[in-house]
Amino acid sequence: MSDRQYELVYILPPDTTDQQVTELHEQVAQVVARMNGQVEKNENWGRRRMAYEIGHHKEGVYVLDVINGSGELMKELDRRLKVMDQVIRHMIVRVDEEKRVVDRTRTKRQSESERRRVKRGLPPQRQPGEGRSHMDADDDGDDRFDGMEA
Amino acid sequence: MPFGQGRSGGGGRGKKSDKKAGDKEKGQRRPMFRRRKVCKFCADKIDDINYKDVKLLGPFVPERGKILPRRISGTCAMHQRKLQIAIKRARQIALVPYVTD
Repeated sequence: MSDRQYELVYILPPDTTDQQVTELHEQVAQVVARMNGQVEKNENWGRRRMAYEIGHHKEGVYVLDVINGSGELMKELDRRLKVMDQVIRHMIVRVDEEKRVVDRTRTKRQSESERRRVKRGLPPQRQPGEGRSHMDADDDGDDRFDGMEA
Repeated sequence: MPFGQGRSGGGGRGKKSDKKAGDKEKGQRRPMFRRRKVCKFCADKIDDINYKDVKLLGPFVPERGKILPRRISGTCAMHQRKLQIAIKRARQIALVPYVTD
């Protein structure tokens, strides 16, 4: 039993068909299911340009899987993906801990701001059209700097 | 964008600070107008610096492909650390370049 969450991103050659993508996803899902994990989310980003060439490919089909499972599962998945030659790149990242931290800071900030607002006698949520807009330019005087051209 | 004023930071900083006192009486010919740098992530309240968000990372990876230093971008230490991890991850899956020349 583990409550770890991982993100798996893998890149396929640009000429892979949708069918091949789903097939590969099936394979991944099988491994995950066999090792008592679950695929929480599957996202296909489609074809996009890569920042650098990988194996003479300039573009790639990106697929993202969010997987709940154990470390052994991911190890196995990693091993398999390394072997598969239709996957040109893959990466596994553990996300649950970071996610928790992010959620905590977010809720903390929210409750904090609500508390402060109530203290000031305002409704806890920010009303539309309230406060300064961020559009005012702070771009003035920026072209003056501490005398380098003298 | 709150950064990109690399030139203002450069070599002139240290030299100019110990100028003669007479300079001050002239009313500081060239007053130092350096915009206060703020951490973008603190200001915009971005909690999650994610490697998948290329749009967010983009401005911190200038043309050369290097990570923009804190002294230029003004990012706070905590967020620079997270940013660094995110950029390195994004590099692995070719969302962000390692080098470009």
